[in-house]
Amino acid sequence: MKALVFIEQRNNVIKKSSYETVRAARDVADALDAECIALLVGSGVESIGGTLGRYGASRVLIVDDPALAAHSGTAYAKAIASVAAAEGAELVFLPASQMGKDLAPRVAVKLKAGLASDCIALRVEHGTVIGTRPVYAGKALLDVRVNSAVKVFTLRPNVFPATIAEANVGVQNATVTFSPEDFGAVVTKVEVVVGRPDVTEADIVVSGGRGMKAAEHFSLIESLAEVLGAGVGASRAVVDAGWRPHDEQVGQTGKTVSPSLYVACGISGAVQHLAGMSSSKYIVAINKDKDAPIFQMADYGIVGDVFEIVPELTAQLKQMLGK
Amino acid sequence: MKIAVCVNHVPDTETKVKIAADGQSIDRTGVNFMMAPYDEIAVEEALRMRDKFKGDVTVISLGNEKHKETLRKALAMGADKAILVRDDSERDSYGVAVGLAAALKPLAPEVILFGKQSIDYDDAQVGTLVAEMLGMPSVSVAVNIEIQDGKAVCVREIEGGHEIVEIKLPAVFMAQKGLNDPRYPSLKGIMAAKNKPIEEQVAAPADRLVETLAMSKPPAKAAGRIVGTDKTAVPELIRLLHEEAKVI
Repeated sequence: MKALVFIEQRNNVIKKSSYETVRAARDVADALDAECIALLVGSGVESIGGTLGRYGASRVLIVDDPALAAHSGTAYAKAIASVAAAEGAELVFLPASQMGKDLAPRVAVKLKAGLASDCIALRVEHGTVIGTRPVYAGKALLDVRVNSAVKVFTLRPNVFPATIAEANVGVQNATVTFSPEDFGAVVTKVEVVVGRPDVTEADIVVSGGRGMKAAEHFSLIESLAEVLGAGVGASRAVVDAGWRPHDEQVGQTGKTVSPSLYVACGISGAVQHLAGMSSSKYIVAINKDKDAPIFQMADYGIVGDVFEIVPELTAQLKQMLGK
Repeated sequence: MKIAVCVNHVPDTETKVKIAADGQSIDRTGVNFMMAPYDEIAVEEALRMRDKFKGDVTVISLGNEKHKETLRKALAMGADKAILVRDDSERDSYGVAVGLAAALKPLAPEVILFGKQSIDYDDAQVGTLVAEMLGMPSVSVAVNIEIQDGKAVCVREIEGGHEIVEIKLPAVFMAQKGLNDPRYPSLKGIMAAKNKPIEEQVAAPADRLVETLAMSKPPAKAAGRIVGTDKTAVPELIRLLHEEAKVI
Protein backbone atom coordinates (compact mmCIF):
# COMPACT_ATOMS: atom_id res chain seq x y z
CA MET A 1 0.00 0.00 0.00
CA LYS A 2 1.13 3.56 -0.69
CA ALA A 3 0.24 6.92 0.84
CA LEU A 4 0.89 10.08 -1.15
CA VAL A 5 1.25 13.46 0.58
CA PHE A 6 0.89 16.73 -1.32
CA ILE A 7 3.44 19.28 -0.13
CA GLU A 8 2.47 22.92 -0.31
CA GLN A 9 5.23 25.36 -1.18
CA ARG A 10 4.94 29.07 -1.73
CA ASN A 11 7.93 30.77 -3.39
CA ASN A 12 9.67 27.40 -3.05
CA VAL A 13 9.42 27.44 0.72
CA ILE A 14 7.63 24.43 2.21
CA LYS A 15 4.83 25.35 4.60
CA LYS A 16 4.92 24.02 8.16
CA SER A 17 1.46 22.47 7.74
CA SER A 18 2.91 20.23 5.02
CA TYR A 19 5.58 18.89 7.38
CA GLU A 20 2.80 18.17 9.87
CA THR A 21 0.86 16.34 7.16
CA VAL A 22 3.86 14.18 6.17
CA ARG A 23 4.45 13.15 9.78
CA ALA A 24 0.77 12.28 10.33
CA ALA A 25 0.67 10.34 7.05
CA ARG A 26 3.84 8.46 8.00
CA ASP A 27 2.24 7.39 11.29
CA VAL A 28 -0.78 6.07 9.40
CA ALA A 29 1.44 4.42 6.79
CA ASP A 30 3.47 2.66 9.50
CA ALA A 31 0.29 1.26 11.05
CA LEU A 32 -0.73 -0.10 7.62
CA ASP A 33 2.74 -1.22 6.59
CA ALA A 34 2.48 1.27 3.73
CA GLU A 35 5.00 3.51 2.01
CA CYS A 36 4.82 7.27 2.63
CA ILE A 37 5.62 9.31 -0.48
CA ALA A 38 5.81 13.11 -0.51
CA LEU A 39 4.93 15.01 -3.69
CA LEU A 40 6.20 18.49 -4.47
CA VAL A 41 4.68 20.39 -7.38
CA GLY A 42 6.08 23.60 -8.81
CA SER A 43 9.03 25.04 -10.71
CA GLY A 44 12.60 24.66 -9.43
CA VAL A 45 11.50 22.64 -6.39
CA GLU A 46 14.14 19.91 -6.61
CA SER A 47 16.50 21.49 -4.07
CA ILE A 48 13.85 21.89 -1.34
CA GLY A 49 12.53 18.32 -1.35
CA GLY A 50 15.22 16.44 0.57
CA THR A 51 14.23 17.69 4.03
CA LEU A 52 10.85 15.95 3.72
CA GLY A 53 12.64 12.71 4.58
CA ARG A 54 13.27 14.03 8.07
CA TYR A 55 9.52 14.37 8.63
CA GLY A 56 8.75 10.84 7.54
CA ALA A 57 8.72 10.69 3.73
CA SER A 58 10.46 7.52 2.54
CA ARG A 59 10.52 8.89 -1.00
CA VAL A 60 10.07 12.36 -2.49
CA LEU A 61 8.64 12.86 -5.96
CA ILE A 62 8.59 16.16 -7.80
CA VAL A 63 6.55 17.42 -10.71
CA ASP A 64 8.81 20.24 -11.82
CA ASP A 65 7.68 22.34 -14.77
CA PRO A 66 8.25 26.04 -15.57
CA ALA A 67 4.53 26.24 -16.38
CA LEU A 68 3.83 25.49 -12.71
CA ALA A 69 5.77 28.48 -11.35
CA ALA A 70 2.48 30.33 -10.89
CA HIS A 71 -0.03 28.33 -8.90
CA SER A 72 -2.95 26.87 -10.86
CA GLY A 73 -5.54 24.86 -8.96
CA THR A 74 -6.60 22.97 -12.07
CA ALA A 75 -3.06 22.06 -13.15
CA TYR A 76 -1.80 21.22 -9.65
CA ALA A 77 -4.80 18.93 -9.09
CA LYS A 78 -3.97 17.14 -12.32
CA ALA A 79 -0.37 16.68 -11.18
CA ILE A 80 -1.43 15.18 -7.84
CA ALA A 81 -4.08 12.87 -9.30
CA SER A 82 -1.75 11.72 -12.11
CA VAL A 83 1.04 10.81 -9.71
CA ALA A 84 -1.39 9.14 -7.28
CA ALA A 85 -2.76 7.01 -10.14
CA ALA A 86 0.69 6.18 -11.55
CA GLU A 87 1.92 5.11 -8.10
CA GLY A 88 -1.31 3.29 -7.28
CA ALA A 89 -1.61 5.27 -4.03
CA GLU A 90 -4.67 4.30 -2.02
CA LEU A 91 -4.31 7.12 0.48
CA VAL A 92 -3.79 10.76 -0.45
CA PHE A 93 -3.16 13.43 2.18
CA LEU A 94 -3.12 17.21 1.79
CA PRO A 95 -2.86 20.00 4.37
CA ALA A 96 -6.25 21.66 4.96
CA SER A 97 -4.68 25.01 4.10
CA GLN A 98 -6.35 27.37 1.65
CA MET A 99 -4.36 25.70 -1.13
CA GLY A 100 -4.99 22.15 0.07
CA LYS A 101 -8.73 22.72 0.53
CA ASP A 102 -8.89 24.12 -3.00
CA LEU A 103 -7.07 21.14 -4.54
CA ALA A 104 -8.46 18.20 -2.57
CA PRO A 105 -12.00 18.08 -4.05
CA ARG A 106 -10.59 18.10 -7.61
CA VAL A 107 -8.10 15.37 -6.77
CA ALA A 108 -10.90 13.33 -5.16
CA VAL A 109 -13.15 13.54 -8.23
CA LYS A 110 -10.29 12.60 -10.57
CA LEU A 111 -9.49 9.55 -8.42
CA LYS A 112 -13.17 8.65 -7.79
CA ALA A 113 -12.33 9.01 -4.13
CA GLY A 114 -14.20 10.17 -1.06
CA LEU A 115 -12.69 13.12 0.81
CA ALA A 116 -12.61 13.57 4.58
CA SER A 117 -11.91 17.28 5.10
CA ASP A 118 -10.08 19.10 7.83
CA CYS A 119 -9.25 16.13 10.06
CA ILE A 120 -7.81 16.85 13.52
CA ALA A 121 -7.01 13.21 14.35
CA LEU A 122 -6.35 10.02 12.39
CA ARG A 123 -6.31 6.45 13.63
CA VAL A 124 -6.15 3.02 12.04
CA GLU A 125 -8.70 0.38 13.05
CA HIS A 126 -8.88 -3.04 11.38
CA GLY A 127 -6.75 -1.81 8.50
CA THR A 128 -8.94 1.24 7.86
CA VAL A 129 -8.14 4.89 8.46
CA ILE A 130 -10.66 6.73 10.61
CA GLY A 131 -10.58 10.51 10.61
CA THR A 132 -11.98 12.81 13.27
CA ARG A 133 -13.21 16.11 11.96
CA PRO A 134 -14.91 19.09 13.62
CA VAL A 135 -18.37 20.04 12.36
CA TYR A 136 -20.59 22.98 13.28
CA ALA A 137 -17.36 24.97 13.65
CA GLY A 138 -16.12 22.65 16.37
CA LYS A 139 -19.35 22.36 18.38
CA ALA A 140 -19.29 18.64 17.54
CA LEU A 141 -16.83 16.06 16.20
CA LEU A 142 -17.45 13.39 13.57
CA ASP A 143 -15.58 10.14 13.19
CA VAL A 144 -15.64 9.26 9.49
CA ARG A 145 -14.49 6.44 7.27
CA VAL A 146 -13.96 6.76 3.53
CA ASN A 147 -15.47 3.83 1.64
CA SER A 148 -14.04 4.34 -1.87
CA ALA A 149 -10.96 2.43 -3.07
CA VAL A 150 -8.84 5.59 -3.01
CA LYS A 151 -9.26 7.80 0.03
CA VAL A 152 -8.37 11.48 0.35
CA PHE A 153 -7.84 13.33 3.63
CA THR A 154 -7.03 16.95 4.41
CA LEU A 155 -5.45 17.69 7.79
CA ARG A 156 -6.03 20.87 9.77
CA PRO A 157 -2.88 22.99 10.17
CA ASN A 158 -1.38 23.53 13.63
CA VAL A 159 -2.86 20.33 15.11
CA PHE A 160 -0.52 17.47 14.16
CA PRO A 161 3.11 17.71 15.36
CA ALA A 162 5.86 18.09 12.73
CA THR A 163 8.34 15.79 14.45
CA ILE A 164 11.78 15.19 12.96
CA ALA A 165 12.84 11.55 13.28
CA GLU A 166 14.66 10.42 10.14
CA ALA A 167 17.25 11.70 7.67
CA ASN A 168 17.00 13.52 4.34
CA VAL A 169 16.07 11.45 1.32
CA GLY A 170 16.72 11.81 -2.40
CA VAL A 171 14.31 13.43 -4.83
CA GLN A 172 12.99 11.76 -7.99
CA ASN A 173 11.18 13.23 -10.96
CA ALA A 174 7.63 12.22 -11.85
CA THR A 175 6.46 13.09 -15.33
CA VAL A 176 3.12 14.76 -15.94
CA THR A 177 2.35 16.39 -19.27
CA PHE A 178 0.24 19.54 -19.27
CA SER A 179 -1.79 21.18 -22.01
CA PRO A 180 -3.13 24.77 -22.08
CA GLU A 181 -6.60 23.51 -21.05
CA ASP A 182 -5.16 22.42 -17.71
CA PHE A 183 -4.64 26.04 -16.72
CA GLY A 184 -8.27 27.17 -16.38
CA ALA A 185 -7.42 29.18 -13.28
CA VAL A 186 -4.00 30.74 -12.70
CA VAL A 187 -2.67 32.86 -9.85
CA THR A 188 -1.13 36.00 -11.33
CA LYS A 189 -0.07 37.73 -8.12
CA VAL A 190 0.28 36.97 -4.42
CA GLU A 191 0.03 39.71 -1.79
CA VAL A 192 1.04 38.60 1.68
CA VAL A 193 1.28 40.88 4.70
CA VAL A 194 4.84 40.39 5.91
CA GLY A 195 5.69 40.16 9.56
CA ARG A 196 2.47 38.98 11.13
CA PRO A 197 1.27 35.38 10.99
CA ASP A 198 -2.25 34.47 9.91
CA VAL A 199 -4.50 33.38 12.79
CA THR A 200 -4.85 29.89 11.30
CA GLU A 201 -1.08 29.37 11.25
CA ALA A 202 0.02 31.35 14.30
CA ASP A 203 1.31 29.63 17.41
CA ILE A 204 -0.18 32.44 19.51
CA VAL A 205 -3.29 34.50 18.69
CA VAL A 206 -4.28 37.73 20.45
CA SER A 207 -7.92 38.64 19.80
CA GLY A 208 -10.02 41.67 20.62
CA GLY A 209 -13.77 42.05 20.97
CA ARG A 210 -16.36 44.68 21.61
CA GLY A 211 -14.80 45.37 25.01
CA MET A 212 -12.01 47.20 23.15
CA LYS A 213 -14.65 49.92 22.60
CA ALA A 214 -13.22 51.47 19.41
CA ALA A 215 -11.18 50.59 16.33
CA GLU A 216 -8.22 52.74 17.42
CA HIS A 217 -7.87 50.79 20.69
CA PHE A 218 -6.80 47.74 18.70
CA SER A 219 -3.31 49.23 18.77
CA LEU A 220 -3.17 47.66 22.28
CA ILE A 221 -3.98 44.25 20.76
CA GLU A 222 -1.42 44.76 17.99
CA SER A 223 1.32 45.74 20.47
CA LEU A 224 0.71 42.64 22.58
CA ALA A 225 0.65 40.49 19.42
CA GLU A 226 3.91 42.00 18.26
CA VAL A 227 5.71 41.21 21.51
CA LEU A 228 4.48 37.61 21.33
CA GLY A 229 5.00 37.21 17.57
CA ALA A 230 1.29 36.44 17.48
CA GLY A 231 -1.48 36.70 14.92
CA VAL A 232 -4.28 39.23 15.49
CA GLY A 233 -7.85 37.99 15.72
CA ALA A 234 -11.20 39.65 16.21
CA SER A 235 -14.75 38.77 17.19
CA ARG A 236 -17.60 38.98 14.73
CA ALA A 237 -19.04 42.05 16.47
CA VAL A 238 -15.96 44.16 15.80
CA VAL A 239 -15.62 42.91 12.22
CA ASP A 240 -19.28 43.71 11.55
CA ALA A 241 -18.70 47.15 13.09
CA GLY A 242 -15.90 47.68 10.57
CA TRP A 243 -13.18 48.02 13.23
CA ARG A 244 -11.18 45.08 11.88
CA PRO A 245 -10.88 43.32 8.48
CA HIS A 246 -12.97 40.17 8.00
CA ASP A 247 -9.89 37.99 7.47
CA GLU A 248 -9.15 38.39 11.19
CA GLN A 249 -12.56 37.11 12.32
CA VAL A 250 -12.41 34.04 14.53
CA GLY A 251 -15.57 31.98 14.90
CA GLN A 252 -18.26 30.09 13.07
CA THR A 253 -18.50 32.52 10.16
CA GLY A 254 -14.82 33.33 10.36
CA LYS A 255 -11.70 31.26 10.89
CA THR A 256 -11.26 28.30 13.17
CA VAL A 257 -7.96 28.43 15.01
CA SER A 258 -5.93 26.02 17.15
CA PRO A 259 -2.91 27.93 18.46
CA SER A 260 -0.92 26.95 21.54
CA LEU A 261 -2.12 30.12 23.24
CA TYR A 262 -5.23 32.22 22.58
CA VAL A 263 -5.53 35.54 24.42
CA ALA A 264 -9.10 36.90 24.34
CA CYS A 265 -9.28 40.58 25.27
CA GLY A 266 -12.67 42.18 25.82
CA ILE A 267 -14.42 39.18 24.23
CA SER A 268 -17.49 37.93 26.08
CA GLY A 269 -17.55 34.60 24.24
CA ALA A 270 -20.64 34.22 22.06
CA VAL A 271 -21.26 30.59 21.10
CA GLN A 272 -20.12 31.28 17.51
CA HIS A 273 -16.81 32.71 18.74
CA LEU A 274 -16.16 29.90 21.22
CA ALA A 275 -16.70 27.39 18.41
CA GLY A 276 -13.86 28.94 16.43
CA MET A 277 -11.23 28.98 19.17
CA SER A 278 -12.13 26.21 21.62
CA SER A 279 -9.45 23.87 20.21
CA SER A 280 -6.71 26.29 21.33
CA LYS A 281 -4.36 24.51 23.70
CA TYR A 282 -4.36 27.31 26.31
CA ILE A 283 -6.84 30.16 26.57
CA VAL A 284 -6.40 33.40 28.50
CA ALA A 285 -9.39 35.69 28.98
CA ILE A 286 -9.27 39.31 30.06
CA ASN A 287 -12.72 40.78 30.58
CA LYS A 288 -14.34 42.99 33.16
CA ASP A 289 -17.55 40.93 33.28
CA LYS A 290 -16.92 37.97 35.62
CA ASP A 291 -20.00 36.18 34.20
CA ALA A 292 -18.77 36.33 30.58
CA PRO A 293 -18.98 32.84 28.99
CA ILE A 294 -15.35 33.13 27.87
CA PHE A 295 -14.25 32.46 31.46
CA GLN A 296 -15.80 28.98 31.34
CA MET A 297 -13.50 28.19 28.45
CA ALA A 298 -10.38 29.98 29.72
CA ASP A 299 -7.51 28.25 31.49
CA TYR A 300 -6.47 31.54 33.05
CA GLY A 301 -8.64 34.59 33.48
CA ILE A 302 -8.23 38.11 34.75
CA VAL A 303 -11.52 39.79 35.63
CA GLY A 304 -10.63 43.38 35.02
CA ASP A 305 -10.20 46.35 32.70
CA VAL A 306 -8.55 45.48 29.37
CA PHE A 307 -7.23 49.05 29.09
CA GLU A 308 -5.29 48.58 32.31
CA ILE A 309 -4.27 44.93 32.01
CA VAL A 310 -3.33 44.54 28.33
CA PRO A 311 -0.72 47.37 28.32
CA GLU A 312 0.75 46.04 31.58
CA LEU A 313 0.94 42.53 30.14
CA THR A 314 2.61 43.89 27.01
CA ALA A 315 5.15 45.89 29.01
CA GLN A 316 6.10 43.01 31.29
CA LEU A 317 6.35 40.50 28.46
CA LYS A 318 8.48 42.94 26.49
CA GLN A 319 10.92 43.13 29.36
CA MET A 320 10.91 39.39 29.92
CA LEU A 321 11.33 38.46 26.26
CA GLY A 322 13.90 41.20 25.72
CA LYS A 323 12.03 42.96 22.93
CA MET B 1 -25.63 35.99 -18.73
CA LYS B 2 -26.94 32.81 -17.20
CA ILE B 3 -26.08 32.69 -13.51
CA ALA B 4 -26.78 29.84 -11.09
CA VAL B 5 -26.42 29.97 -7.31
CA CYS B 6 -26.42 26.90 -5.09
CA VAL B 7 -27.70 27.43 -1.56
CA ASN B 8 -27.98 25.30 1.54
CA HIS B 9 -30.49 25.27 4.39
CA VAL B 10 -28.57 24.91 7.66
CA PRO B 11 -28.99 25.26 11.44
CA ASP B 12 -28.75 28.82 12.73
CA THR B 13 -25.28 29.81 13.95
CA GLU B 14 -26.82 30.43 17.41
CA THR B 15 -27.59 26.70 17.70
CA LYS B 16 -26.26 24.91 20.75
CA VAL B 17 -25.45 21.50 19.39
CA LYS B 18 -26.92 18.42 21.06
CA ILE B 19 -26.23 14.94 19.73
CA ALA B 20 -29.30 13.02 18.51
CA ALA B 21 -30.21 9.54 19.77
CA ASP B 22 -28.63 7.92 16.68
CA GLY B 23 -25.24 9.20 17.85
CA GLN B 24 -24.45 10.34 14.29
CA SER B 25 -26.20 13.66 13.85
CA ILE B 26 -27.49 16.67 15.78
CA ASP B 27 -30.78 16.75 17.64
CA ARG B 28 -32.95 18.98 15.46
CA THR B 29 -35.56 19.64 18.15
CA GLY B 30 -36.09 23.37 18.48
CA VAL B 31 -33.31 24.18 16.01
CA ASN B 32 -33.97 27.05 13.60
CA PHE B 33 -32.78 26.59 10.06
CA MET B 34 -31.72 29.34 7.71
CA MET B 35 -29.87 30.04 4.47
CA ALA B 36 -26.15 29.45 5.10
CA PRO B 37 -24.52 32.87 5.69
CA TYR B 38 -21.94 32.49 2.91
CA ASP B 39 -24.71 31.46 0.51
CA GLU B 40 -26.44 34.80 1.14
CA ILE B 41 -23.26 36.48 -0.08
CA ALA B 42 -23.29 34.22 -3.17
CA VAL B 43 -26.91 35.15 -3.94
CA GLU B 44 -26.12 38.85 -3.54
CA GLU B 45 -23.15 38.55 -5.91
CA ALA B 46 -25.34 36.77 -8.47
CA LEU B 47 -27.96 39.53 -8.33
CA ARG B 48 -25.29 42.21 -8.79
CA MET B 49 -23.84 40.34 -11.79
CA ARG B 50 -27.30 40.06 -13.33
CA ASP B 51 -27.94 43.77 -12.84
CA LYS B 52 -24.63 44.56 -14.51
CA PHE B 53 -24.64 42.09 -17.39
CA LYS B 54 -28.38 41.31 -17.75
CA GLY B 55 -29.55 37.70 -17.87
CA ASP B 56 -31.14 35.73 -15.07
CA VAL B 57 -30.38 34.07 -11.76
CA THR B 58 -31.48 30.52 -10.98
CA VAL B 59 -31.14 29.42 -7.37
CA ILE B 60 -30.77 25.71 -6.63
CA SER B 61 -30.82 23.72 -3.43
CA LEU B 62 -30.48 20.00 -2.85
CA GLY B 63 -32.40 18.60 0.06
CA ASN B 64 -35.84 18.01 1.53
CA GLU B 65 -39.06 20.05 1.38
CA LYS B 66 -37.75 22.45 4.05
CA HIS B 67 -35.07 23.75 1.68
CA LYS B 68 -37.90 25.61 -0.06
CA GLU B 69 -37.72 28.19 2.77
CA THR B 70 -34.18 29.07 1.76
CA LEU B 71 -35.08 29.03 -1.95
CA ARG B 72 -38.00 31.34 -1.14
CA LYS B 73 -35.63 33.71 0.63
CA ALA B 74 -33.34 33.81 -2.42
CA LEU B 75 -36.36 34.55 -4.61
CA ALA B 76 -37.36 37.31 -2.18
CA MET B 77 -33.87 38.78 -2.47
CA GLY B 78 -34.46 38.92 -6.22
CA ALA B 79 -33.52 35.61 -7.87
CA ASP B 80 -35.59 34.80 -10.96
CA LYS B 81 -36.07 31.03 -10.74
CA ALA B 82 -35.71 28.33 -8.13
CA ILE B 83 -35.09 24.59 -8.36
CA LEU B 84 -35.36 22.15 -5.49
CA VAL B 85 -33.29 19.06 -6.24
CA ARG B 86 -35.26 16.80 -4.02
CA ASP B 87 -33.52 14.31 -1.78
CA ASP B 88 -34.70 13.36 1.69
CA SER B 89 -31.64 11.35 2.70
CA GLU B 90 -28.50 12.73 4.34
CA ARG B 91 -25.98 12.83 1.50
CA ASP B 92 -22.28 13.35 1.90
CA SER B 93 -20.65 16.24 0.04
CA TYR B 94 -19.89 14.01 -2.95
CA GLY B 95 -23.56 12.98 -3.18
CA VAL B 96 -24.71 16.60 -2.95
CA ALA B 97 -22.23 17.57 -5.68
CA VAL B 98 -23.41 14.75 -7.99
CA GLY B 99 -27.03 15.90 -7.59
CA LEU B 100 -26.23 19.58 -8.10
CA ALA B 101 -23.92 18.97 -11.08
CA ALA B 102 -26.66 16.94 -12.82
CA ALA B 103 -29.18 19.75 -12.24
CA LEU B 104 -26.75 22.49 -13.31
CA LYS B 105 -25.53 20.89 -16.53
CA PRO B 106 -28.69 21.42 -18.66
CA LEU B 107 -28.85 25.07 -17.52
CA ALA B 108 -25.40 25.70 -19.05
CA PRO B 109 -24.65 28.66 -16.76
CA GLU B 110 -21.67 30.88 -17.46
CA VAL B 111 -21.27 31.58 -13.78
CA ILE B 112 -22.04 29.27 -10.86
CA LEU B 113 -21.83 30.66 -7.34
CA PHE B 114 -21.64 28.90 -3.99
CA GLY B 115 -20.92 30.03 -0.45
CA LYS B 116 -17.35 29.12 0.51
CA GLN B 117 -18.70 26.47 2.88
CA SER B 118 -21.90 25.51 4.61
CA ILE B 119 -21.82 26.07 8.33
CA ASP B 120 -23.04 22.63 9.30
CA TYR B 121 -20.63 19.99 8.05
CA ASP B 122 -17.99 22.61 7.16
CA ASP B 123 -16.67 20.40 4.38
CA ALA B 124 -15.90 23.29 2.01
CA GLN B 125 -15.98 20.75 -0.82
CA VAL B 126 -19.19 20.97 -2.80
CA GLY B 127 -18.42 23.98 -5.00
CA THR B 128 -15.06 22.65 -6.12
CA LEU B 129 -16.43 19.11 -6.55
CA VAL B 130 -19.16 20.46 -8.83
CA ALA B 131 -16.60 22.50 -10.79
CA GLU B 132 -14.44 19.43 -11.37
CA MET B 133 -17.46 17.28 -12.29
CA LEU B 134 -18.54 19.90 -14.85
CA GLY B 135 -14.99 20.42 -16.14
CA MET B 136 -14.88 24.05 -15.04
CA PRO B 137 -12.17 26.03 -13.26
CA SER B 138 -13.05 27.52 -9.88
CA VAL B 139 -12.04 30.05 -7.27
CA SER B 140 -12.64 29.18 -3.64
CA VAL B 141 -12.73 31.84 -0.90
CA ALA B 142 -13.35 34.73 -3.32
CA VAL B 143 -13.47 38.22 -1.80
CA ASN B 144 -13.69 40.05 -5.14
CA ILE B 145 -14.86 38.98 -8.62
CA GLU B 146 -14.49 41.16 -11.73
CA ILE B 147 -15.93 39.68 -14.91
CA GLN B 148 -14.77 40.93 -18.28
CA ASP B 149 -14.48 39.46 -21.79
CA GLY B 150 -15.18 35.82 -21.01
CA LYS B 151 -12.91 35.68 -18.01
CA ALA B 152 -12.82 36.84 -14.42
CA VAL B 153 -10.14 38.32 -12.23
CA CYS B 154 -10.69 37.36 -8.61
CA VAL B 155 -9.14 38.13 -5.28
CA ARG B 156 -8.86 34.97 -3.22
CA GLU B 157 -8.08 34.92 0.49
CA ILE B 158 -5.03 32.91 1.57
CA GLU B 159 -3.16 32.66 4.85
CA GLY B 160 -1.95 36.13 5.76
CA GLY B 161 -2.90 37.76 2.48
CA HIS B 162 -4.52 37.45 -0.92
CA GLU B 163 -3.84 36.07 -4.34
CA ILE B 164 -5.13 37.33 -7.66
CA VAL B 165 -6.58 34.54 -9.79
CA GLU B 166 -7.40 34.78 -13.49
CA ILE B 167 -10.06 32.32 -14.53
CA LYS B 168 -11.83 31.45 -17.77
CA LEU B 169 -15.63 31.30 -17.96
CA PRO B 170 -17.74 29.27 -17.51
CA ALA B 171 -16.51 28.96 -13.95
CA VAL B 172 -17.48 28.32 -10.36
CA PHE B 173 -16.94 30.91 -7.61
CA MET B 174 -17.23 30.41 -3.87
CA ALA B 175 -18.14 33.49 -1.85
CA GLN B 176 -16.27 34.55 1.27
CA LYS B 177 -17.31 37.23 3.73
CA GLY B 178 -16.10 40.59 2.41
CA LEU B 179 -17.26 39.96 -1.17
CA ASN B 180 -20.36 42.08 -0.54
CA ASP B 181 -22.97 42.90 2.06
CA PRO B 182 -26.05 40.82 1.26
CA ARG B 183 -29.33 42.72 1.04
CA TYR B 184 -32.35 42.00 3.18
CA PRO B 185 -35.38 40.92 1.16
CA SER B 186 -37.78 43.85 0.69
CA LEU B 187 -41.46 43.49 1.55
CA LYS B 188 -42.21 43.73 -2.17
CA GLY B 189 -39.66 41.00 -2.82
CA ILE B 190 -41.15 38.75 -0.17
CA MET B 191 -44.64 39.18 -1.64
CA ALA B 192 -43.40 38.57 -5.19
CA ALA B 193 -41.50 35.43 -4.08
CA LYS B 194 -44.72 33.85 -2.86
CA ASN B 195 -46.00 33.69 -6.42
CA LYS B 196 -42.79 32.47 -8.05
CA PRO B 197 -42.90 28.73 -8.71
CA ILE B 198 -40.23 26.39 -7.33
CA GLU B 199 -39.42 23.67 -9.82
CA GLU B 200 -38.84 20.25 -8.31
CA GLN B 201 -36.50 17.59 -9.65
CA VAL B 202 -35.46 14.25 -8.26
CA ALA B 203 -31.78 14.23 -7.33
CA ALA B 204 -29.52 12.05 -9.46
CA PRO B 205 -28.45 8.99 -7.45
CA ALA B 206 -25.00 8.88 -5.86
CA ASP B 207 -23.00 6.48 -3.72
CA ARG B 208 -22.04 7.55 -0.25
CA LEU B 209 -18.24 7.75 -0.18
CA VAL B 210 -17.72 9.16 3.30
CA GLU B 211 -19.51 7.37 6.09
CA THR B 212 -20.20 8.85 9.50
CA LEU B 213 -19.36 6.42 12.29
CA ALA B 214 -20.13 8.60 15.28
CA MET B 215 -20.75 12.16 16.36
CA SER B 216 -19.49 13.36 19.71
CA LYS B 217 -19.07 16.56 21.66
CA PRO B 218 -15.51 17.84 22.00
CA PRO B 219 -14.07 17.10 25.44
CA ALA B 220 -15.27 19.74 27.91
CA LYS B 221 -12.60 22.03 29.28
CA ALA B 222 -12.04 21.96 33.01
CA ALA B 223 -13.08 25.17 34.71
CA GLY B 224 -10.30 27.70 34.48
CA ARG B 225 -8.61 29.73 37.14
CA ILE B 226 -9.22 33.40 37.84
CA VAL B 227 -5.74 34.75 38.39
CA GLY B 228 -6.79 38.16 39.65
CA THR B 229 -8.93 41.24 39.17
CA ASP B 230 -6.47 43.97 38.21
CA LYS B 231 -2.99 44.53 36.82
CA THR B 232 -1.30 43.14 39.91
CA ALA B 233 -2.33 39.72 38.54
CA VAL B 234 -0.12 40.16 35.45
CA PRO B 235 3.14 38.71 36.91
CA GLU B 236 1.27 35.59 38.10
CA LEU B 237 -0.39 35.18 34.69
CA ILE B 238 3.00 35.40 32.98
CA ARG B 239 4.48 32.89 35.44
CA LEU B 240 1.64 30.41 34.73
CA LEU B 241 2.01 30.79 30.98
CA HIS B 242 5.75 30.32 31.22
CA GLU B 243 6.10 27.59 33.86
CA GLU B 244 2.80 25.69 33.85
CA ALA B 245 1.48 26.00 30.30
CA LYS B 246 4.98 26.48 28.81
CA VAL B 247 3.56 28.45 25.89
CA ILE B 248 5.79 31.53 26.24
